[in-house]
Amino acid sequence: MPAVTTEQVQERVIETLASFGPEADQITRDATFEQLDIDSLDLVELAQIVEDEYGVVLKGEDMKELKTVGDAIDLIVGKAEA
Amino acid sequence: MKRRVVITGLGAVTPLGVGASTLHERWASGVCGIADGAGKCDQFEPGDHLSVKEARRLDRFAQLTLASAAEALTGAGWDDELPYDPMRIGCVIATGIGGQATIEAQLDVMREKGPRMVSPLGIPMYMPNAAAAAVSMKYGLRGQAYGVVSACSSGAHAIGSAMRMIQYGDADAAVAGGSEAALTPFAFACFESMQALSPTGVSRPFDARRDGFVMGEGAGALVLEEAEAAKSRGATVFAEVAGYGSTSDAYHLTAPEPSGGPASGAIELALADAGITPDDVAYVNAHGTSTPLNDAAETAALKRALGDARARQIPVSSTKSAIGHLLGAAGAVEAIATIETLRTRVIPPTLGYEVPDPDCDLDYVPGEARPLLASNGAAPVALSNSFAFGGHNVTLVLRGAA
Repeated sequence: MPAVTTEQVQERVIETLASFGPEADQITRDATFEQLDIDSLDLVELAQIVEDEYGVVLKGEDMKELKTVGDAIDLIVGKAEA
Repeated sequence: MKRRVVITGLGAVTPLGVGASTLHERWASGVCGIADGAGKCDQFEPGDHLSVKEARRLDRFAQLTLASAAEALTGAGWDDELPYDPMRIGCVIATGIGGQATIEAQLDVMREKGPRMVSPLGIPMYMPNAAAAAVSMKYGLRGQAYGVVSACSSGAHAIGSAMRMIQYGDADAAVAGGSEAALTPFAFACFESMQALSPTGVSRPFDARRDGFVMGEGAGALVLEEAEAAKSRGATVFAEVAGYGSTSDAYHLTAPEPSGGPASGAIELALADAGITPDDVAYVNAHGTSTPLNDAAETAALKRALGDARARQIPVSSTKSAIGHLLGAAGAVEAIATIETLRTRVIPPTLGYEVPDPDCDLDYVPGEARPLLASNGAAPVALSNSFAFGGHNVTLVLRGAA
């Protein structure tokens, strides 16, 4: 698997979340999914895009713990490096 | 005494444009919204009516519904605040098929990328109750909300169900409607395979040259309120849903029962429900699909129910001549066109009708629009018919404001 950088993942996650509805400038690392009105259905879609792009499989139990955009980015980067 | 039900808001998105009055005005002035063998809602831009999130989570059929519901609720004066306890407001939105485009897109995803990549939004987007759920959620309607499915009668069944909900006392008001967005290659292939579609791409109901229906898309929504409650809040009343009748052919999967007997039963039930006679009917908005079988059977049904002589006196026109067949939306959109006819007192013509068929021998309003004349000087009354694959027959009796 090609190495992915945090910046690359962050860019892709923010771009994906923006396509789900929230304004791009609201999507910061500290923003919570609740604040962004991103629900569990959106997170499953995000996981599918991540899997398709980086080959990283995010399981349901992993996703449940995610509170902020930063949590998601760190989880994806961590899994990609593992 | 039965509670009476009135209509205080109308909304439509059709191949003739966005808006209930637009539909009637353009049809009455002879505009046809059909192009290249389909009635597409070219003037509907999702971004004009929906947030990014709404558009992304709704199939086109539910998107069209939300746009039509917004017009209807605004027209009823419901946009700032609901005038009733939300638990006493129902929502019945019909569709024939549901999220057809979503099903096809997600099947492609599954075949190309495997089942793990199928969207979690697939089911909530294609379920036939998605439009009812969207309206209920957007406006906080907390009474009974559900979808109704009876192919091309769906929209009329939705209005009848909502009317009964209010009459029975389960609700004081309801949003009713129908929606369809099935202009996909697969749906065209399926209808073509059964030879239901016009090979010439022309919708000319009751004309001897008719050769099938033209598929269209769109949505219609109506706000229904209990009459006394509407009056006491000072609502503008467009029309009354005065009668509802529904029967089934129990005859054939797709062909109508040729004598028109069960269909005439629906008309008779609706007249009795409204407490009126054929002499009171000033206009019939026909199902008029432009298929050889439907238009002949509907003509037979009208003659049976209204009497041969009376049926020949009443102007009959088909909205499908202007927008094609909107399937599950047809009953709702055509009820709206009928109400606009009652409100404006202008009967739109059956566009393209030129060559008479001996099996279709009523007055189909050829050529151009004409004035609607109430037969006894009172508020005019009209029928709106809907018939469907599966043999479902529905007639609504609509009474204009005096």
